[in-house]
Amino acid sequence: MTVAEEVSFDINGASRTLELDTRTTLLDALREHLHLTGTKKGCDHGQCGACTVIVNGQRINSCLTLAVMHQGDSITTIEGLGTPGNLHPLQAAFVKHDGYQCGYCTPGQICSAVAAIDEIKAGIPSHVSADLNAAPKLTETELRERMSGNICRCGAYSNIIEAITEVAGRPA
Amino acid sequence: MRAFSYERANSPADAAAAVRAHDRAKFIAGGTNLLDLMKLEIETPAHLVDVNGLGFDKIESTPDGGLRIGASVRNTTLAADPSIRRGYGLLSRALLAGASGQLRNKATTAGNLLQRTRCPYFYDTAQPCNKRKPGSGCAAIGGLTRQHAVIGSSEACIATHPSDMAVAMRALDATVETVTPGGATRKIPIAELHCLPGNTPDIETTLAPGELITAVTLPKPVGGTHIYRKVRDRASYAFALVSVGAIVQRDGTGRVAIGGVAHKPWRVEAAETYMARGAKQVTAVLLDGARPTQENAFKLTLVERTLSSVLAEAKG
Repeated sequence: MTVAEEVSFDINGASRTLELDTRTTLLDALREHLHLTGTKKGCDHGQCGACTVIVNGQRINSCLTLAVMHQGDSITTIEGLGTPGNLHPLQAAFVKHDGYQCGYCTPGQICSAVAAIDEIKAGIPSHVSADLNAAPKLTETELRERMSGNICRCGAYSNIIEAITEVAGRPA
Repeated sequence: MRAFSYERANSPADAAAAVRAHDRAKFIAGGTNLLDLMKLEIETPAHLVDVNGLGFDKIESTPDGGLRIGASVRNTTLAADPSIRRGYGLLSRALLAGASGQLRNKATTAGNLLQRTRCPYFYDTAQPCNKRKPGSGCAAIGGLTRQHAVIGSSEACIATHPSDMAVAMRALDATVETVTPGGATRKIPIAELHCLPGNTPDIETTLAPGELITAVTLPKPVGGTHIYRKVRDRASYAFALVSVGAIVQRDGTGRVAIGGVAHKPWRVEAAETYMARGAKQVTAVLLDGARPTQENAFKLTLVERTLSSVLAEAKG
């Protein structure tokens, strides 16, 4: 049985080609093969959000997708959002607002938040949007609902929401 | 995870041929449920056929004023589609009540319908489960059953279907379009897609082996107030204890389907005769013949109260 496949994708602006066991998740490809260990493995079953990355502009759980299914895709991980010397505004806001304790969920929280803000700007409604046909508002309730796929074992939720709110802009 | 070979199909015929050519082949689209189950070796396909490249990613108008939703349209895309939001608010609401932003970005329309139960005994491979291993028994019966089915269950299985979207599709009278491995197409009313467990809980749908869902169609919008109310243990990102999807017209008539109570989205059209008379009478017919356990009998009351609240909201 053939169990290895070649796949090429763009990671944080660089083109990469890998020969992978078909079973390799995108998460394991990032961490074990490309040594991009910023993306974290929490539950490995799509329940915690620690592995969240942005693929073609959309946030997904990298643990629940096969790397070979991402031929030609453009993938952004936490390493592609900012660097220690040049933080992404959300990274800086998480530091300022103390949006973590242990930090393990933080890369997933930040990737998720970047995409969640884009979803609001794109007019995608959520479970708590009062009117399906109106532009969703940048409220705390909206952000909490949209970030519910990212679990923080330390319970830093309030500070995480403050950090995201600061970057997304207070509601008008 | 067991080893498997992988290929990308370029046409429905390609996909069908690939499935015919391999033993234990499965289609994969979003993969959010299938890969989870493969990691636990509950699903052990030997070959995966990637159906993301078949062009089933469009939402189009149908000649009768309805919509045709491609099988691989993502849950986020479907929930946010302007035509869906305008004419089928119930569907948007149900989708947005399910899973997380990350999962909805991957999960597809067909995959959502075909997702498997979240019964913890199905997931625990150390336990007997007639759905996972036919004939092994049901560990849920006599176990912890707070989440389980209250109606349509059997001595072999008391699992529920976990989908929110399917509840809305049932209330909207959706039709599932498929192509068989032989190349024939057919249309299955959503009411006939999912099976009750009976003695064969491992058989969950009326799809034949290798039959591929290509689209889900919706008849033209029926108007009314669309409400999807999901009751769960957390305010977000949890499966339903019960959910009520209703379309209520100005005169109080309407439709209702419920989730979290059975092996399939539950709707009894005869119950809808009583919509204008209130939740008690509707629920009496809707849940007639229910066989709850001691732990989940609360669901009967919860359905009635949730429907009552939904009807009150619809009245405004």
